[in-house]
Amino acid sequence: MTYLDSLAYLKLNKWQKFVYKLQCFFCAIPGWFLNLFKKIGRFFKNLGIKIKDNFVDIWYTFVNGSWSTKVSFLVMGFGNLYHKQWLRGIIFLLLEGVFIFYMIFAGAYWLSMFGSLGKVQTWTEMVPSDLLDGELVEEIHYGDNSFKILLYGILTIFFIIAFIYTWRLNVKQCKICDSITRAGKKIKSSGDDLKSMLDNDFHKTLLALPVAGITMFTVLPIIFMILVAFTNYDRGHDGLMKLFGWVGGQNFQSVLTFGSGMQVAFGEILAWTLIWAFFATFSCYFLGMFVAIMINKKGIKIKKFWRTILVLTIAIPQFISLLYISNMFADNGIVNATLMKWGWIQSPIKFWGNGTLAKIMVLVINIWVGIPYLMLITTGILMNIPADLYESARIDGANAFQQFAKITLPYMLFVTGPYLLTSFVSNINNFNVIYLLTQGGPTNPVWGNVGGYVAGDTTILITWLFGITTGNDANYKMASVIGILIFVVVSVLSLVVFSIMPATKREDDFS
Amino acid sequence: MIDYKNTETEETEVVPVVEFNLDMEDSVSEYEEEIELDTADVDEFVRQQEASQIHHVRSSKEQSSENKKHGSQKKRRIVGNTIIHIVLVIMSIIWVAPFVFILFESFRVESTGLAGYIIPHKWGFDNYVRLFTETEFPRWFLSTFLMGLFCAVVQTIFILAMSYALSRNRFKGRKFLMNAMLVLGMFPGFLTLILLYTLLHEWGLTGTNAPFGLAIIYVASSGMGYYVCKGFFDTISHSLDEAAMVDGATKFQIFYKIIIPMSKPIVIYTILMGFMGPWGDFITASFMSDNLPQGFNVATGLQSLIDGQSSLNEYYTTFCAGGVMVALPITLLFMFLQKYYVAGVTGGAVKG
Repeated sequence: MTYLDSLAYLKLNKWQKFVYKLQCFFCAIPGWFLNLFKKIGRFFKNLGIKIKDNFVDIWYTFVNGSWSTKVSFLVMGFGNLYHKQWLRGIIFLLLEGVFIFYMIFAGAYWLSMFGSLGKVQTWTEMVPSDLLDGELVEEIHYGDNSFKILLYGILTIFFIIAFIYTWRLNVKQCKICDSITRAGKKIKSSGDDLKSMLDNDFHKTLLALPVAGITMFTVLPIIFMILVAFTNYDRGHDGLMKLFGWVGGQNFQSVLTFGSGMQVAFGEILAWTLIWAFFATFSCYFLGMFVAIMINKKGIKIKKFWRTILVLTIAIPQFISLLYISNMFADNGIVNATLMKWGWIQSPIKFWGNGTLAKIMVLVINIWVGIPYLMLITTGILMNIPADLYESARIDGANAFQQFAKITLPYMLFVTGPYLLTSFVSNINNFNVIYLLTQGGPTNPVWGNVGGYVAGDTTILITWLFGITTGNDANYKMASVIGILIFVVVSVLSLVVFSIMPATKREDDFS
Repeated sequence: MIDYKNTETEETEVVPVVEFNLDMEDSVSEYEEEIELDTADVDEFVRQQEASQIHHVRSSKEQSSENKKHGSQKKRRIVGNTIIHIVLVIMSIIWVAPFVFILFESFRVESTGLAGYIIPHKWGFDNYVRLFTETEFPRWFLSTFLMGLFCAVVQTIFILAMSYALSRNRFKGRKFLMNAMLVLGMFPGFLTLILLYTLLHEWGLTGTNAPFGLAIIYVASSGMGYYVCKGFFDTISHSLDEAAMVDGATKFQIFYKIIIPMSKPIVIYTILMGFMGPWGDFITASFMSDNLPQGFNVATGLQSLIDGQSSLNEYYTTFCAGGVMVALPITLLFMFLQKYYVAGVTGGAVKG
């Protein structure tokens, strides 16, 4: 493919431009992958260099360091204590003590079991009971607990990494202390440390708690679940009564093997999830923008009133309106009853009983939910479009539609590009609308019941995930496989969109 | 030449386009007039220009035809505006109708299930009485309210801390932290619940004690929702910080004496969002409750009232009453804080 220069490009007509752009897009795809691999290569190269540098630095610190530095290679914080940095020294020393204590009494065990996730099964035995005059009763002898082994195994690895980092920090500090003493300057005291927590190191103080929370409640669970995808953890193998173990890629295989029941269901649900997310995002987007333009139009009275009515519907928790609407369209709900009273229909329309109809209903009701929100967002942005753009367009004789297509829409797409992406992603994970309206139903006769997981025509991946987890056999392993697949879909999509989207940095050129 | 640059995800740090007026109160009240003035002024200007040109160049005959054209345009505009007004009225009815229906149905006395009509034959407060005596609603309401308050306080602190640290400081690992949170956000949040449930179950924070467990879950990872707030902090000029620093202020003082007071709208938005979160949550709450009525929040509780055909017949109007009870206070709160909500939402959309 030959790339044209700007002049040649401008000479093309509309259709040719379009084809040319399309060509450019597809020709760029191999380049992305090449770039990606290059980046990965560069990343590892940099990592290697960094590690090498670190070792060299540690070595020099040891060779050139004072005797207190050398001691603190073994006894962490000794260098700090020697230089009268009591606070740092004591913290380092304490951390080392706690770590060693933990590793000896717990960590070592969890790590040693991590490879097998437990060896001793829980078993029961009939023993004569003392209370019941020697009658035989079941006694449970608890063995290993795979769940705990997996969890604490991960935690122990976390701790080891954190410890290595702390040790490196300790060495660095000693080096700094050494160089300051050599230069004959004063070393920061503990009081200075405390003061800087509110000043130069204020960001560390601020970040400590939120980041700790995220690590404990998001990072750790996600790593745990990623590992669960490679085990056979479900209600039948709950880790306590019956051990679970590593099974490798078997779970992924059963979802992705072409033609298997799971694969068919997954394919269907994934397709509907993407269709749903696409239509849900863009229908709300364009209709919301349309409503905003209508309300903003010159000559419309009581603008504030229209806006307030729409905004107030956002305030009411979604579950109320969704559950209510779901019942409005039930077989004996208001809509059917009214239509029958008017004699328009003879028997109730099964809004939730027919797959296609249910899908359309879900999309339409989602528009109802989404328009006020989008109206709000777009109103603000519409008002930021420079008025002189419209003015000059009008002088040039552009009509209302042309103004919309050439000024409003490009500007909006440009400014709200990232928002559209996030909204698309959140629609992929839009549990509330689907679950509260249809609970994923109506159950599909063909692939709706593979492996005991009920799935329906409006089921999207996240409601399927919910069903699998809360279902009778609580198939956690499959849930995590599907969770990982959702992640893959979302991240690939984000990468593609980010690379197509005009660079947000060029925003200044626009307005 | 069009270049398809392989832009990285790092570039979510968008330079904001919507400039916030820091004095939100004024700007919101002026909001309305501004738009009208803007377009109206332009229109008037263009028309004057055209008129003056016509006056100079064209003959009087042409001018009169030109005026006629203006007249027809005006007529068209009036027709168009009337149509839009009608559309807006219909839209308002569609959007408000379900809520009015709920209100009506919550006062129905003669039956408790689905009925094919809206206006009750017999009015009364029976459903409200049942709601407070026969169901656990008071408990659901109280626990959700307390969770909301807790989230409003702690989540706001977390988000403000995170946003200030990421917006005002350039430290090692900042980019990594932001990218990591972006990637983490791509996992379905529900996935983490499987482990968290087991952990909290072990600590006795599920089932009857579910509200405590829920509060922890809501708050713990809330730092990841820093985007809107950080975007706002980014727009506050750095010269203010510098001026304060020259005067000897520490970063902590800058944070709570300059940045926070200047970000009033976004702080209130964050508080509002924190408070509203627990009211709308369904998935987490249903997972943590062990299906015990004592452990529900309002969403799962009210849903449990109409889950299944028999309970639907029994409790449908009670559910409507519950819906009204939940919607009223929140809507009132929202009405007072609407402008802050608007500020937050519009800011958030632009910054992605």
